[in-house]
Amino acid sequence: MITAGIDMGAKYVKVVILKDGNIQGKAMVATGFEPATSATECLNKAAQESGIELSAIDHITSTGAGRKAAPNINSDITDVGAAAKGVTYLNKDVRTVIDVGAEEGRGIKVDGDGKVVDFAVNEKCAAGAGAFAEAMSRALEVSLDDFGKLSLQSDKTIPMNAQCAVFAESEVVSLVHAKTPKHDISRAVHDAIASRIVSMVRRVGINKEVALVGGVSHNPGFVDALNRGLETEVTVPENPEYIGALGAAIVALERTKS
Amino acid sequence: MKANYGYLDGSGEYFITIDTDLCIECTHRACVEACPEGMFEIITDDYDDEVAAIKEEHRKKVKYDCGACKPTTDRPPLPCVVACPPGAITHSW
Amino acid sequence: MTTATKEYWRWKEYNWHDENIDPKGAETITAGVDIGSVSSQAVVMVNGQLYAYSNMRTGSDSPDSARNAMNWALEDTGLTLDDIHYTVGTGYGRVNVPFANRAITEIACHARGGNSMYGPTVRTILDMGGQDCKAIHCDEKGKVTNFLMNDKCAAGTGRGMEVFADLLNVSIEDVGDMSLDVDEEPEPVSSTCVVFAKSEASSLLREGWSTKRVLAAYCSAMAHRVVSLLERIGVEKDFAITGGIAKNSGVVTRLEKELGLVSLKSKYDTQIAGGLGAALFAKALVEKQRQKGG
Repeated sequence: MITAGIDMGAKYVKVVILKDGNIQGKAMVATGFEPATSATECLNKAAQESGIELSAIDHITSTGAGRKAAPNINSDITDVGAAAKGVTYLNKDVRTVIDVGAEEGRGIKVDGDGKVVDFAVNEKCAAGAGAFAEAMSRALEVSLDDFGKLSLQSDKTIPMNAQCAVFAESEVVSLVHAKTPKHDISRAVHDAIASRIVSMVRRVGINKEVALVGGVSHNPGFVDALNRGLETEVTVPENPEYIGALGAAIVALERTKS
Repeated sequence: MKANYGYLDGSGEYFITIDTDLCIECTHRACVEACPEGMFEIITDDYDDEVAAIKEEHRKKVKYDCGACKPTTDRPPLPCVVACPPGAITHSW
Repeated sequence: MTTATKEYWRWKEYNWHDENIDPKGAETITAGVDIGSVSSQAVVMVNGQLYAYSNMRTGSDSPDSARNAMNWALEDTGLTLDDIHYTVGTGYGRVNVPFANRAITEIACHARGGNSMYGPTVRTILDMGGQDCKAIHCDEKGKVTNFLMNDKCAAGTGRGMEVFADLLNVSIEDVGDMSLDVDEEPEPVSSTCVVFAKSEASSLLREGWSTKRVLAAYCSAMAHRVVSLLERIGVEKDFAITGGIAKNSGVVTRLEKELGLVSLKSKYDTQIAGGLGAALFAKALVEKQRQKGG
């Protein structure tokens, strides 16, 4: 049985192909202006890597913000459902999944089978997602990569007053003018996002193990801030950006069986 | 006066409303102690009335600061609302 | 040498005083100083009559901004700070007005100032400021009966508009009229969040939208956003808009259309409502003090 999952993210399309439930291949392509074309391209790339023909795929399930735009799919599933499945596939002991992308953050309570028990979302506001860190790194004129790492050099806690990313940019500029070191500002920014994520996750309950996925899981400053906020260590799966596509491919497999 | 503390952002509307006409008669002021986050304070407002208000530092974070009292699964009675005999406190979400 | 970038957010700062009033020896001279997060105004009243005011950008230091605004309002009037009997500070920096006798919130001051600027029939005042948006209900005396202040989110504030002025290289003072110069009203920008709305606007520009059309879509989104904020307290007639955004025809026109209401207009600058209210509070307070024999 061959199944595929397509994650139609705002920035990247990701595909994972499974053969009898084992990962066979994966690919990532920038979403661009024509998500459907990018999806086809990404699927072809993953099929090539897996050494299988597209026609051999039994079921394709899409997920992500643009999941309805994916061509030739058999079914679709929400981001929350896909993330829960994907994380549990890799680690059965996970009970809380935290998914933080550029534009939204989610806290998901899962059972051992990867079913969603409950979830909470921060969306449509940059303050509770990766976009907040991106905006602040631009205001500080450092790359997002460096911005995350800088935070680890600081052990100072400076509170940020502004909640809104637009107002926080001005606050960051004032901190720079006040000669506050960039690493201390970086820590303040990551602490601010993490505290919003922690409050959101508390609404579904924090139960071990806790996994972190989504693009922001690559940011060491955020992971550190989140660990301090949660008072527990989160686990970050390998290739966290593929979790949604992996989860969708597992759902596809389940749907061929039923 | 109805004082609405909180905000509206892209994700939704989050307000705690204090009806100061009801609040002013209250002698208990139990909201101050009842809130686990310590969000309430008693102020003298612009018209020289002593009434409850949400502290400045919590006004832009009520969505998060009220989170502990608002689990997603059920909606237990809110401690601040329960503690207020005149019924001056309401939440918008 | 660095190339100066054009400051699209910059608006005209100015001062004014009434040549027909002679303030010398007046019984009551009061002032209101509104230190906002973006703009500051000092308003001087002589025997309850509006006499002079200034409107300028707030600096990095609130006490300095307060002194500058006050000195500028008093310029060429022959008055000095010592001639003022009572001063009320208001706005975001109200507790940092060194020469103020009392601080009063901008909510109460806007209601009081709005009552004077638009008359006692005004019941709903929408103040669209630099970094906040306030919706206020007041009675015929200008006393607040219901209010909310949104200063958590940049959507619906002047700062949000500045982000767009910068993105589109349009002077903030031209945004409104340009946004109305479109053949057909586009769909509003769908994101409320200014950060997300900005990326949405960038995509629209890449798709070939004209600057005017993008401005129209944003002004319309801002109007819609403020209407949702107003819904929390409801809109009772008469209705007036104060603050910097009240000067943006693109937002005001769309807001009135969505509400199905025309807002009251005033001959005064919409940005002085808070300062005017503060000066009126100052007058009442100094009279109370004198009655007590203070």
